[in-house]
Amino acid sequence: MFDCLVIGAGVVGSLIARKLSSYQLSIAILEKESDVGSGVTMANSAIVHSGYDPVPGTLKAKLNVLGNKMFDQIAEELDVELERCGSLTVALYDEQLPLLEELSKRSKENGVPVKLLSPKEVLEMEPNINPNVKGALFAPTAGLINPFTLPVHACENAVDNGAKLFLNEKVVSIKKNGELFDVICESKNVYQAKVIINCAGIYSEEIHKMIEDVDYQLIPRKGEYFLLDHYSDSLVKHTIFPLPSAKGKGILVSPTTGGTYIVGPSAEVTFSKDDVSTDKPTLDEVKRQALEMVPSIPFNQVIRTFAGTRPTPTTHDFIIDFAKSDKNFITCSGIESPGLASSPAIAEYVVNEFVSKVLSLKKKDNFNPYVRKRVNLAKMSVEEKNKLIKEHPEYGEIICNCEKVTLGEILDEFKSSVPPMTIKAVRKRTRAGFGKCQGGFCLPLVTREISKKFNIPVNKILYQFKDSYVAPYKVKEQKDD
Amino acid sequence: MIKKRLVIIGGGSAGMAAAIKAYELGERDILIIEKNNYLGGILNQCIHNGFGLHEFKEELTGPEFMSRFSKKVDELGIEYRLNSNVLNISDDKVVTYTNSKEGVVEVKADAIILSAGCYERNAGAIQIPGDRPSGVYTAGQAQLFVNCYGYLVGKRVFILGSGDIGLIMARRMTLEGAKVLGVAELMPYSAGLNRNIVQCLKDFDIPLYLSHTVKKIEGKSHLEKVTIAKVDEKMNFIEGTEMSFDVDTLLLSVGLLPNVDLFNKLPIRISRTRGAVVNQAMESDIRGIFACGNVLHVHDLVDYVVEEAREAAEGAVQYLNGELKHEGHVYEVSPGNGIGYVVPQLVYIDDVKEKLSFKFRVRKPFKDVTIYIKEGEKVIKKLFKPAIIPSEMEIVKLDKSLFSKEANEISVYVEEKK
Repeated sequence: MFDCLVIGAGVVGSLIARKLSSYQLSIAILEKESDVGSGVTMANSAIVHSGYDPVPGTLKAKLNVLGNKMFDQIAEELDVELERCGSLTVALYDEQLPLLEELSKRSKENGVPVKLLSPKEVLEMEPNINPNVKGALFAPTAGLINPFTLPVHACENAVDNGAKLFLNEKVVSIKKNGELFDVICESKNVYQAKVIINCAGIYSEEIHKMIEDVDYQLIPRKGEYFLLDHYSDSLVKHTIFPLPSAKGKGILVSPTTGGTYIVGPSAEVTFSKDDVSTDKPTLDEVKRQALEMVPSIPFNQVIRTFAGTRPTPTTHDFIIDFAKSDKNFITCSGIESPGLASSPAIAEYVVNEFVSKVLSLKKKDNFNPYVRKRVNLAKMSVEEKNKLIKEHPEYGEIICNCEKVTLGEILDEFKSSVPPMTIKAVRKRTRAGFGKCQGGFCLPLVTREISKKFNIPVNKILYQFKDSYVAPYKVKEQKDD
Repeated sequence: MIKKRLVIIGGGSAGMAAAIKAYELGERDILIIEKNNYLGGILNQCIHNGFGLHEFKEELTGPEFMSRFSKKVDELGIEYRLNSNVLNISDDKVVTYTNSKEGVVEVKADAIILSAGCYERNAGAIQIPGDRPSGVYTAGQAQLFVNCYGYLVGKRVFILGSGDIGLIMARRMTLEGAKVLGVAELMPYSAGLNRNIVQCLKDFDIPLYLSHTVKKIEGKSHLEKVTIAKVDEKMNFIEGTEMSFDVDTLLLSVGLLPNVDLFNKLPIRISRTRGAVVNQAMESDIRGIFACGNVLHVHDLVDYVVEEAREAAEGAVQYLNGELKHEGHVYEVSPGNGIGYVVPQLVYIDDVKEKLSFKFRVRKPFKDVTIYIKEGEKVIKKLFKPAIIPSEMEIVKLDKSLFSKEANEISVYVEEKK
């Protein structure tokens, strides 16, 4: 039996679990996939939005602005790359200038520091922007975050502080059993808990419906992206947005913490919640709009296209509340953009405003907010590196050439309390395979290392999801399994 | 800091051939840096035969071909580091590499030859439409799994792209018991060598769909279905030509790209081959930094890689001996009608000893074609060919005496007999 059971180990679920783990509570996290951060969290723009855009007075506005302020501490404690690069929302036509003014007012109402820039100032800051730019809104607090290690390290920190993570556990039904909930998984395992926190991303509507009817709907809206390789001259130094529209913040061009560039997303309603496919007409349109803002984007440097799904609520705001019929069920639904930027504030809000009402919260004496610090070779001097390699020779052996990831960094992740067991999980933690060859050379090597570490035969190693075997058959073996 | 006269980055066929040639020309202070724990590079996983017809006048497998070079490297006592990865080249030629024994090492080189090979264009680079399941590999990845690890990536296979590795893998997967349902090629002609079309597809009744490409891949977790369709001359899909295949594997053989990362931070121009711009000595924009093999432009045969590596070694030794003057008459070489690219792009004619070779590929297949090399407006060489195809690299060797130094442009072009 657990005091609290979090459904979904995305960025929101992981940060809530971490926050809960600072109290004297027993906590379980159920995740349907083989790794943390595999759903909505996995594909987004990786931007810590400043909060210039949400409608004042909404939860989105409140939690975005609050969340943004919390990121320096979160990034420090959880050892996640954060760069406060600032954002520029650009007007390309004269008729857009009043909108820019309005956005500036809205920012101030939300408590976000911003500055309106003249075309000259914009071009001085970002010489690659369309020279016909008419002005821009500069938001210096906007930032970039590593969207892969944030949920992983948050969850790891929760586990290090006593939470239990259960992977590959897909919740199929929830039943009230006296004062407790019985949470039944596809595996037939049953978890009992006093309080449930629903953080199931795009499926949080389905989870919520397991206990009562709901008066909202989550519409899957797909966003398709391009990822461009690192190259010498910087394309843009800030996140560049067009003016927002009813469809959202629009197609951005931004650096990433990995040194690559991201262009996107589109915004299309899709029929299936797990549809993360890409298509050429949509990507062509993304490309067209992006080139209008930044005409010199080198699209011949694309290393990947991908899509993510936003859980867009029919209420147009985050849905964070007790269930109508049961205060012991707390839901976090419709966490679309600016969900990532809001996530640390969502965690505080859920625990302070909701969990505290149903459970007595006593601080743990030994809570450690710091995740185990990773070796950061990029920031080390040659002398420091040599000292490290002398003690741990595996830091001298490079596995991923494109991103210069060493065997040492991969083996180190295996020691974590939320170790990577799939190819994708290794990529998310170390960037091995995230570069221009997309694992062309390192995929077999990473497969070998996972196999060695966990003593799983190579043909049983998964790329990511269930049955996604990397190399399922042994040569010269007649049997198919 | 260690000092070396010549540092060679990459110990594959190009790196080894360059090292051996430099040694033969009298250079003794050579270091090869190789990322794998063996020399020979990609040839180690190419266990099929067909290598060495020009070099050794016999057909060898990849490992046999490369071992002749690695034995020679050992015999000559040329120094090399295995499991060593170059992190950086500075513009004053300090090469930084790392390995687990020595840590991070900086070597001040007098000359550098980059022979780091190439990598495969992948699903990301070609922006493949549809889902993102597992089961989509580059042909080389599947080759490494089957030939070096003993694992097969799938049993029902479709192949996109008719590059040589894809064709070789069509045969290889078939021999290991997989069913290869077809090969789609975007262009109206194959990207691979004719002998591979015959020996790897026709001999196994594997259909080749020309002017076709993948329209959609499907599979939430693992690949389940690939849909291809025909394209018109503008590469747009033709409605109604879709064909679907239930497969667990899609192999991509859609081209190779020079692995030129180490040049990215340097003031070195990159040409349309996506390798460095080089002069007749295979020297980049930085004096004393050379490139050869697939890191410069993608070759069809390893024999030609070896030949180019020797040119680069000669250039490097000339440079080390102060014989590369970069003085006098300079030509800019450009591709003309029907030609995709020409290497080298620059020629310091006074630095040429006797002969100069131009390497190039045509943009599309030609029949009854004449290759012209023009200096300014004057044709200095004419060569007739019954057929010429993009999958084969052309080499034209010219005597230094043919160049009159009256113009600064050289162009290479083809004309078909009307």
